[in-house]
This record gives sequence, structure tokens and C-alpha cells, in this order.
Amino acid sequence: MTSYVLGRLAAAAGVVWAASVAIFAAMQLLPGDAVDVIYAKGAGSGTVSPEQKAQLRAELGLDRPVVDRYVDWMSGVLRGDLGRSLFSGREVTEIVGARLPNTLALAAVAAVCLAPLAIALGAWAGARAGAARDRVISIGSVTLGSLPEFVTATLLIAVFAFAWPVLPAVSLVAPGTSPLLTPEVLVLPVVTLLAVMAPQTIRMVRAQMAEAMTSPYVRMARLHGIPERRIVTRHALRNALAPAMPLLAGSITWLVGGIVVVETVFNYPGVSQDLVRAIAQRDLPYVQSVTLLFAVVTATGYLAADLAVVALAPRLRTTPGWRR
Amino acid sequence: MTRSWVTRGALGVLGLLVAAAIAGPWLAPYPPTDVVGAPFAPPGPGAPLGTDYLGGDVASRLLHGGRTVIGLALAATALGLFAGAAVGVAAGLSGRADAALMRPIDVLLAVPPFLVLAVLAAGSGRGMLVVVGATALANVPGIARVVRAAVLETRTRGYVEVALARGESWLSVAGRDILPNIAATMLSDVGSRVSAAIAMVAGANFLGFGLQPPTADWALMVAENRSGLALQPWAVLAPATAIAVLTIAVNIGGDQLAARLRGAAGRRRFRPAADDVPAAAR
Repeated sequence: MTSYVLGRLAAAAGVVWAASVAIFAAMQLLPGDAVDVIYAKGAGSGTVSPEQKAQLRAELGLDRPVVDRYVDWMSGVLRGDLGRSLFSGREVTEIVGARLPNTLALAAVAAVCLAPLAIALGAWAGARAGAARDRVISIGSVTLGSLPEFVTATLLIAVFAFAWPVLPAVSLVAPGTSPLLTPEVLVLPVVTLLAVMAPQTIRMVRAQMAEAMTSPYVRMARLHGIPERRIVTRHALRNALAPAMPLLAGSITWLVGGIVVVETVFNYPGVSQDLVRAIAQRDLPYVQSVTLLFAVVTATGYLAADLAVVALAPRLRTTPGWRR
Repeated sequence: MTRSWVTRGALGVLGLLVAAAIAGPWLAPYPPTDVVGAPFAPPGPGAPLGTDYLGGDVASRLLHGGRTVIGLALAATALGLFAGAAVGVAAGLSGRADAALMRPIDVLLAVPPFLVLAVLAAGSGRGMLVVVGATALANVPGIARVVRAAVLETRTRGYVEVALARGESWLSVAGRDILPNIAATMLSDVGSRVSAAIAMVAGANFLGFGLQPPTADWALMVAENRSGLALQPWAVLAPATAIAVLTIAVNIGGDQLAARLRGAAGRRRFRPAADDVPAAAR
């Protein structure tokens, strides 16, 4: 058990490290560096001499070896220093820090709603695979799940903020307060995220549930005369959830992209607006640090799911190398 | 609600949308960047869907804006299939390639596609190529794993062993004996892949990482006309609905293709298989 947990921790750390190398390498290897970006922003970039560029590179430390710069960046990150934005010159931690709680609140509310909703609907559909309710849920989730987030969000705004104005189209949150204090601004963003993420998880839970319902232990339980409801909730669901758990964690990968779009559509005061601006302006240090932050969040989510699987399915605790 | 009814409807709608996207530019009454009236004018004679934020004809831009949505998504899926198949075949055939390729692939599978897009777009600047590349890259891990598993199963077959015993090269074995036999497996989830690619390409264009105004593109139209939703809803709702209907039709049509390729009877009632896990999760 302990070695399994330690192994998962090491694997998560490895993934984050690999992500940091990949992010850094992409920023360095792709054509154009911070200096080009800075000069391209100002007017008359054609008049900049190579000497001026070289001087700015030296000032920013960009003339030093790649490995040194990577070590600098990582040691800064480990000390909690994410670098400075190329454009505003402010600390990345300062820009992100003020807005991160809002993003985390949105993500947390969405995740807390997602798990029970997806598990309930998926189990309900999978418990009787092929029945009418299974077909309705399956077709419904295919339909909803194929829509891009911004389309779902835009259609929701059109209906619930304009055609039938019951909810705000723009998520206004006063600076210094939490969006959790004004729940109405969270409703449409969370519904959008659920509409995009739930279908995937519903299909996964449904598939595992349908499989569990055909298993020998379910037939055995039926032969024992155990009520169907109890078979579903006590016998099948627990076993169906263990394999579905890592896949549930996979929905984090959609949450990260989804939340950026949703925050943009609803003008939600989270980290995404600055991130989208930074990507468009090629604010390399900013994007580098914030994408690493997102990678850490993702790896943590996968880790939590792996540990939840162990908690759910006792027989897995004895096989340390078990995956999925 | 039978499978054939749903599927036939989806395929019909899909055909119509693709035809409209291809022929649209010839059917459109105005060029996409012409100003035909006041900004955000409601529907009226000359502009059946009203005008957009610059006074362009929404209907004309709608007819011009489908090509990029469908074309870029298809290009990204094709690129992802090609790269994923190459990685999967190499990993399935050679143990050394397997060790070298699959570890990074497993890591990439856990990385949110948005982060790939963010890093590429910030690293090399905005543009169509970045969006197509990031979308293709997001598809590679899933395809590579499916292809690798299929290759591992196929390579033990008699005809592959015979071909190898004849002294044929790995490349020719891969191209002539293995690929044709795993093509059905590889293409079975192409519908949901194209649909996911449309969503990702459109999302990236919406955020402004890909195509730039004044290009007529459904996703861009939603983004640029959002501020006028109360004044002129058609400028937003028309392209948003077009994307919605397109992705749904592609997804349902693709499910039918998957069922046929799996060898299941084509006209069964809609009954998802037990292994019906979304493509992105594999």
C-alpha cells in the first residue's frame, strides 16, 4: 500500500518534470524569443539593429546556455517565484494570485457537481443497458458532449440571459469577494462545464456499469434473491467505479481547456483572461509558468483519482503495480 | 427512436452542411468582407440574417465561414491519424521504438490539449498552422495506443510471419500486411475524432489563437459578434447553431460508421456497446 502510494507520487512528479521540460523546450526551440516579441510589439521593428537585440538579450539573461536558464526557471518556481510578465513587468505570482481563487472556486463547484451527476446518470443508464432510458441518456450525452464549450455557453446565454432573463450573462464579481457569495454568477459557467464534461464521464461510468451487470457476481446475487436496487448500488456500482475512476480523472484534461473558454465567454474574473491575452501577445515567461501550474493541477487530479481507486476497490491494495 | 432514423437524419444534415460549406462562397450574395449596412442591423431585405459588428452580411459570411471549420478539422484529424499510425506501427513492431515512443505518448495523453495549444501558440505565434498542429498532436496519443495494440495482435498472425520469413523489410510488412488489416480498427472512432477536432479548432479560433478577423469563420463570427447578442442575436446564433449541428451530425454519423466497421449489423436499434468509451479517453 505505502509503496503503491509512493510509486504514484513519484510518477506524478515525473509527469510534472517532463511537462516542465517540454514547455521550456517548446518556448526555446520554436522560432522567435522574448526579445523578438518585445520589438515586434513596438512600432518600427525593422529599425532595430542586431546589436540592440543582443544587448536586450544579455539584459534579460537570454544569452546564457539553455540548461542554465532552465535551472534558473525551475529553482525560481520551486521557491515560489514564477518570473515576470514581459509586458506589464509585474510578478506572475501577483497577477495570477489575485485571480486564482476565483478559477479554483469555479473548478471546484464544477467538479463537485460533476462526480455525483455523472455517476448517478451513468449507473442508472448502465444498470439496464439497451433500455429506453439508456438510449435517451446515450444519445443525449453524444449530442451535448460534441458541442464546443463556447457554443454551449453562447446558446445558454442567449436563452437564460436574453430570451428568458433569469441569470446574468456576465459573471461580475467584486474584487476581493468570492464568487461563492454570489452564486447566481456561477450557475451558467458551471452548467456549461457540466454539459461539456459530464457526457464523457457518463459514457465511461455507463460502460463499466453495463459490464459489471453481466458479471458472475451480479448473477450470483440475483440468484440469492437480493433486490435489484441493492445489487446495483452495493455490488455493481462499487466495482464499476474503480475502473471508471482514472477515466473520471481524465475529465480534468477537459476541465482545464473548458474553464479557459468559459471564463472568456462569461468575462469571469479568473486566470484565463490574462492567460489568453498572454498567449496572444506571446508573453513567454507568463505562459511558461502558468501552463506549468495547470500541469501540476492536472497531475494532482490524476494522483487523487488513483488513490481514490485504491480506497474504492480493496483487492487492488495488495497488487502494488496495478494500473487501471 | 431507432438507430437508422437518428443516423439517417444525422447523415442528411451532415451532407447538407458540407455541401453548403463547399458551395457557399458561390451562393453567397456578397463577398465576406463587404459592408452592406449599419452594424448589427436586424434582418431585412438584402440581409436575411441581418448584419454583423462591422455591417457585413451575416448570411454571406455564414456561407463563406464553413470551409475553414470543416477543412481545418479534417486536416488536423488526418495529420493526427498519420502521425499516430506511424508511432503506433513503429512501437508495435520494434521493442526499442516501443520503449522510446510510448512513455512520452503516455505523458502526452495526460496533458490537457489546451496546454499543448497554449504552449505552441505562445511559442511560435498565432495562426492556422498552430491550431491544426495542436489539434493533431492532441489526437496522436489515443490513435498511437489503439494502433499499437492492433499491431501487436496482428504481427503474430501467420501471414505476417510468412512475409517476415520471406525476408521482406519491416516497412513493406507494415504497409502491405499490417496497415490494411488494422485500418478498420484505426478508423472506427474517426467520427468522434473529427467532431472533437471541430470543437478544438473552433474553440481555438474563438479564443483568437488561429484565424484572425476579417476572415469569415463560424467560430470567429461567434466571438466577434458576441457583444451584440442583445441587439442582433442572429449574428451569433446562426454560426453557433451551425457549429452545434455540424459537430452533433458528425458524431452521430461517426457512431454509425464505427458500428459498420465493427462488423455489427448496420440497421440495429441504437444500443451502445459495452466498450463504448469516448475516443479521447483511450
